[in-house]
Amino acid sequence: MIRLVPNHASKIKRRDKVGFTFDGLRLEGRRGESLAAALLQAGHLNLRTAPFGDAPARGAFCHMGICQECAVRIEGRTVEACRTELTDGLVVERVS
Amino acid sequence: MSGDYDVAIVGAGPAGGNAALAAAQHGLRVLLLDEQPAAGGQVWRAKSSAILAAPATEESTAGTSLRNRLAQSSVTHLSGARVWQMSQDDGWKLEVLQGGSSETYTAKKLVLATGAREYVQPVPGWTTPGVIGLAGATALFKQNLRAPGQRTVVCGTGPLVFYVASEIRRLGGTVAAVITPNARMDWACATPALLHRPALLARGALWVADLKLAGVPIYWQHAVTGVDGDTEVTAVEFAPLSHDWTPEASRVVIRADSLCLGNGLIPQIEAAQMLGVPLTHDAHLGGWVPRAAPDGVTDVAGLYLCGDGAGIRGAEAAVHQGTLTGLRIAADMGFDTSTARDSSRALWARAARFGRAMTALSIPRAGLARLSKDDTVVCRCEGITKAGITQEITHGAGSCNAVKSGLRAGMGPCGGKFCQTAVAQIICTETGQDVAQVAPPTARPPLCPVPLDAAAGAFDYHALPIPKPAPL
Repeated sequence: MIRLVPNHASKIKRRDKVGFTFDGLRLEGRRGESLAAALLQAGHLNLRTAPFGDAPARGAFCHMGICQECAVRIEGRTVEACRTELTDGLVVERVS
Repeated sequence: MSGDYDVAIVGAGPAGGNAALAAAQHGLRVLLLDEQPAAGGQVWRAKSSAILAAPATEESTAGTSLRNRLAQSSVTHLSGARVWQMSQDDGWKLEVLQGGSSETYTAKKLVLATGAREYVQPVPGWTTPGVIGLAGATALFKQNLRAPGQRTVVCGTGPLVFYVASEIRRLGGTVAAVITPNARMDWACATPALLHRPALLARGALWVADLKLAGVPIYWQHAVTGVDGDTEVTAVEFAPLSHDWTPEASRVVIRADSLCLGNGLIPQIEAAQMLGVPLTHDAHLGGWVPRAAPDGVTDVAGLYLCGDGAGIRGAEAAVHQGTLTGLRIAADMGFDTSTARDSSRALWARAARFGRAMTALSIPRAGLARLSKDDTVVCRCEGITKAGITQEITHGAGSCNAVKSGLRAGMGPCGGKFCQTAVAQIICTETGQDVAQVAPPTARPPLCPVPLDAAAGAFDYHALPIPKPAPL
């Protein structure tokens, strides 16, 4: 099929995979990508429950550090997954 | 206290980056602060270090050029740095959070180039994981080169909806459908402005032609009315819209695992508002905008604004306004920059006309508010529904501030950045006021979430002042 917008997927070269954990699950992602993107790629969109109401699921929404919906806990601190770089062996927990 | 600068600039996008370069060229000591890992703003956001090689795009090329010029300049650029408080004393004092601790910086002049965020009309299910903002999707593309899912519905106003759909295809994803409240006629009306920028017109036409060739359905004058799925997106429901964008009764359901949703960009005005810059309402510039001259000058001495944060005019206008602002500051500090300013000003005026025409396509029409149902969550942070807000207004809350103090809508972690436009819209519906009469709530520090230990800094417990007890 003729494509006017080419598919560049095969031309993108990514760094080596590294392991990390989310809520105790062992996952893999690319070193240096945003944690929100690594979790998305690993199939984890549901990152937390909403702080109020009957605790519905929430995940990354604005991807630019504004909405705070992708908040996770790393080393006891609440951080935005979209503003956190993935490093080898990162231990990520849910906020609630 | 760290470093005293001639100019501090908040935001390293096209506007802030070029303001920094122009000021530095005249020998001024410039501090450029930005919360992202690299300069470029949202439009020229840098690729993450996870990307070793990838085909260049117009945005990546422009961003690389800005980052290279900044690296070669005398500008001090702090990345991953968030300004959470600013105050004016003799000069400007900024509290900056970087790497888990907070530092104070001072500067004689302050430039706010805070850019834009997006408006997303709340619809049932918009809080489901897998629903992301339309501008948010572009951040995911540019930084991580990832599609939002396997099969994505893209819905929104203006040119962004076609850009996002096209980028999903470029990154190897599948677009289930493109849905836009705009009618073809809206684009026909924007054509005179588009003809002044033939390259962009051609680029947009290519996106649409590619979608058509690929058999991706484009639903003009439609909008997403709901999302199926509790913990993940399973399907997206949408409806045709009337002329004022009221959803009609019929529904179409399409299977998808992700949705990109947005209704235009709005300026990030909180910092300017907090520092006392008067606001005016101009729908063609994205709603409430702080008043600033083309060269960035405001009513507040020593404070300048440029780029989308002073009204949505797009990246090219932001470049020229940034340069103009940097040159104006140099002039205010005793350098002759009048010739350079004249040429930048003409370029800005041309780009700004085009930007306004694009923003006009995204102005939400009255009927769009009906997409929010009584039980739809409007304030995501505090889980407050439209019915809750309506009730508060019925009980007498006639302003955004009143709804905020009564219900906490806008007091959660995001600081109201994703609910206040919708709250204002509900106030308009309930009280019959025009959007230009419903001011945004008072902006207060911190401008972003700050860990308490970082805000407090290092201190000795015994040094804490303990006030004397009140006399009995």
